[in-house]
Amino acid sequence: MSCIEQMKYKLYLERTSFKEAREFIEKNSEEVYYVEPGYRIFKDYYIIGVPPVALGIRGDEILFTYVKPCHGTFVMGVDSSEEIARLRDREEEKIKKTLKDGQKKGSEKGKSEAETKASIISYGDVYKNK
Amino acid sequence: MTEGKKALLVMGCPEVPVQISIVIYLAHKLKKEGWDVTVAGTNAPIKLLKTADPEGYYVQKTADLDWIIQEIVEKKMDFDACFAFMHSDAGMAYGATFSAISKAVHYAVVFGKNAEALGESIDYPTEKIVAKATHNPGPLKSKIDKVII
Repeated sequence: MSCIEQMKYKLYLERTSFKEAREFIEKNSEEVYYVEPGYRIFKDYYIIGVPPVALGIRGDEILFTYVKPCHGTFVMGVDSSEEIARLRDREEEKIKKTLKDGQKKGSEKGKSEAETKASIISYGDVYKNK
Repeated sequence: MTEGKKALLVMGCPEVPVQISIVIYLAHKLKKEGWDVTVAGTNAPIKLLKTADPEGYYVQKTADLDWIIQEIVEKKMDFDACFAFMHSDAGMAYGATFSAISKAVHYAVVFGKNAEALGESIDYPTEKIVAKATHNPGPLKSKIDKVII
């Protein structure tokens, strides 16, 4: 049993489908973040789900999906400033990485364009070499 | 050339009878082909499996579902092939998770009375093995035999 069931939580939806649970989080959160299945929250809960897996923030509460094989999907809410901060930091890092990768690609593109330009020779030069 | 390769069979909720039967069948079939097989599930399906196979003749290794997810996410172990058994939306969520966290070739083994609709709704990377089977394992067994020769 995961640590979540021993925590103080609020239950917003129970025994529903994963899609409905995701839509509930998207509609009822002030901020929504998407994570890969297997993202860890709290001590030992690795989120189960069909991508994109939504996590919501509403005030001090983090909203997330909890799947039990015989009971379906639940939407739970737990107050946790720690998890919220971790989620926001993760998103910030993700954006920074995307920008960095974009800059890198941009400079590589610029470089290859410069190389292409440098390799252009005139029509006449082709015949000069013969 | 399957000697030493690792296969994971992930059981879902055990309420549909064909699951245990096909898990034992597939585990045995893979073992005979040289695969190192682990069967994962929650307490209920593991108990059913161990009761049916008390000496571990067909299934030698079992594992707790949450534990194996943790091990794969933390890159402490992984598999070459993963068969996720499912007959419900929750089972599909587990299948999608294994498809995302593991490098294994992934199969979704879909059964139960809503197998076709559930199979069609799967849109994550996996090879689907779908058969409308609840009590009679025959249709699912023949589909598995076509994939695992």
